[in-house]
Amino acid sequence: MNEGINVVGLYVDDQDEALRFYVDKLGFRVHTDVRNGAYRWLTVQHPEQPSFQLGLFVPGPPVHDEATAQTLRAMVAKGAMPPLVLCVADCRASCEQLKKLGVEFTQEPVDRYGSIDAGFRDPAGNGWKMIQAPKQGREN
Amino acid sequence: MPSRTALKCGTFAVDNTHRELATTDALQDPALLRRLLRAKDRMDAASHEAWPVKRLAQVSGVSEAHFARSFKRAFGLPPHRYLLTRRIEQAATLLRDTALDITEIAFATGWESLGTFGRTFRDITGMSPSAMRIEARANLREIDRVPACVLKAAQRPDLTTAVLEKRRRAAKATVRPSIKEAT
Repeated sequence: MNEGINVVGLYVDDQDEALRFYVDKLGFRVHTDVRNGAYRWLTVQHPEQPSFQLGLFVPGPPVHDEATAQTLRAMVAKGAMPPLVLCVADCRASCEQLKKLGVEFTQEPVDRYGSIDAGFRDPAGNGWKMIQAPKQGREN
Repeated sequence: MPSRTALKCGTFAVDNTHRELATTDALQDPALLRRLLRAKDRMDAASHEAWPVKRLAQVSGVSEAHFARSFKRAFGLPPHRYLLTRRIEQAATLLRDTALDITEIAFATGWESLGTFGRTFRDITGMSPSAMRIEARANLREIDRVPACVLKAAQRPDLTTAVLEKRRRAAKATVRPSIKEAT
């Protein structure tokens, strides 16, 4: 891939906890984990998506002043961040598997027009939809 | 300042000051907000169930006295009004997507009487459940590119005022309360 979206970041309250969640539970891989003083650039990747990195960033200095960081942490904890979608081949099976690992599901799998979706949150409060596309659905 | 007040008025003043500070801090406390979100998520997942403050407070791990106020400050509306928006949203979805009759939908979404359901539905959405069904089905084609679950949330009614207040304004008269909003 020469052009396209390469990194999109999430705010989390604790990068170590986020790392355990996205790697140990969701099965992502660490792409980059680099520190510079208190700052830590941490990105993970879905194993089937080598051209895309999901950043796991904490609000705070040097990027944010304390009041802004506080607001961002509150927004994440309130679940006010934008929707995230994870595509899966089998929503019910993935849901069962992730539940066993202690993932907090907010919505059980539901059939809607042939697609099946469930909802879960990461420890910080970011909300994910897990969607299984309809059998003969259009691309994406 | 607090210490002077304390000297003058005894421990009461000190206690109040501390409580005030604790409340302000708690509103920004991500750990508390995350637990309040859990209560909101649980209502989302089972909006047809009864959600007394006691149950919600337990989910969040806060006292009943604190729960409703904290929830409102975090999410902008009292928990029971939030629950109403979810029930109406769910009812609208069932009207659009299923062949269930309106009585079945009323009970499936947590109402105890058909009359209350119809009245509340009209107060909030501005149309009767059957009119909503006709309209929703007519518009189905245009919206099927948005993931269904995201779309459902986007069609949630916006309840910035209490249902009773909305009804009162529309009627310009006093209406006997049929829904109690516990805050």
